[in-house]
Amino acid sequence: MNKWPLWEVFIRSKSGLEHRHVGSLHAADATMAMENARDVYTRRQEGVSIWVVPSKAITASNPEHSGELFEPAQDKAYRHPTFYDLPNELKHI
Amino acid sequence: MSLPIEKLEEEFQAKIDAGHSIEPKDWMPEKYRKTHIRQISQHAHSEIVGMLPEGNWITRTPSLRRKVALLAKVQDEAGHGLYLYSAAETLGISRDELFEQLHSGKAKYSSIFNYPTLSWADIGAIGWLVDGAAIINQVMLTRTSYGPYARAMVRICKEESFHQRQGYEIMLTLCRGTEVQKQMAQDSLNRWWWPSLMMFGPVDAESTHTEQSMKWKIKRKTNDELRQQFIDITVPQADFLGITVPDPDLKWNEEKGQYDFGAIDWDEFWQVVKGNGPCNKERLDTRRQAFEEGAWVREAALAYAEKKEKAKDLAKAV
Repeated sequence: MNKWPLWEVFIRSKSGLEHRHVGSLHAADATMAMENARDVYTRRQEGVSIWVVPSKAITASNPEHSGELFEPAQDKAYRHPTFYDLPNELKHI
Repeated sequence: MSLPIEKLEEEFQAKIDAGHSIEPKDWMPEKYRKTHIRQISQHAHSEIVGMLPEGNWITRTPSLRRKVALLAKVQDEAGHGLYLYSAAETLGISRDELFEQLHSGKAKYSSIFNYPTLSWADIGAIGWLVDGAAIINQVMLTRTSYGPYARAMVRICKEESFHQRQGYEIMLTLCRGTEVQKQMAQDSLNRWWWPSLMMFGPVDAESTHTEQSMKWKIKRKTNDELRQQFIDITVPQADFLGITVPDPDLKWNEEKGQYDFGAIDWDEFWQVVKGNGPCNKERLDTRRQAFEEGAWVREAALAYAEKKEKAKDLAKAV
């Protein structure tokens, strides 16, 4: 069982929406991962499209480094519309 | 630049107190990890072993409608087991280790599945009472502090409600049937009532894990609170069926706004936990047999995947 690699499953719940991570499963290959994903994660029409990705292909950020990783965005309030002072009577902007 | 462990533990508790989820790669105390592996894997094993008492009736359902429903329910239990095994694996234990713990008897599963399904009404009673009790526990767990466990629970809770309704419908049909059918439903309630109450675990004063589990928000309600909630919900449902809960001490307490109930036979509970229930051996034997006899399928699938991979490489080479 351990020799069956782990796959991450992403599902698009309906057209127009993005694929979202729903969970993972073990499968011998991509075809089996796809079939298992269908049986495990879409038994009640939860999806119109499935991605299966080998878990080992994912590079994840390290939570211990979250501070320095996300720090650069912290002091950039000017990236948000509310940073700019405009008169209230102004419309559609 | 590693922090002292006390500092890490303090930050961890602060995160939990603030209602933040813990995710797989976050730092966590070793005991939190171990407790979760134990609890999530027990839960997964319960889903998997839970297929056995019900699977016993798939070929003998009274109608096709009941058969497709029961099949779908048992298939859901398999799915729930898979969600939970995956959640447990995020804590660094492998699927093989988890199976090994189940098959060797080292890991526990819910004792309720060590009782036999003697009549068709038992399928009704399991859906109504056993899934009913599980739902109460699982709804609480949708807000548990470990992210992957909580997310698996959300998914499971959505699916469980059909299980309980199909069970109650079976009971209702029997209770509206002949006298013999109603008697079958009553007999089933008699056998499943007390084991269902035991599903919530020992009373709070005796529960070794409750205090720490509450602090870490693994559990958000105690065993006794959940049990009371189940009784208060379920008794009126039995009344509606016109069958009697097998507890002479059961009565509505106007002052407390809840039911008082009789003493639970905890000796029986511990006997079953320790392996001496009516079906413990049969359940584990069946699991082990299924796993061992399925070994060639797992190996063949892997061999086929490797063969195809090689063929692909070869095609690329020429």
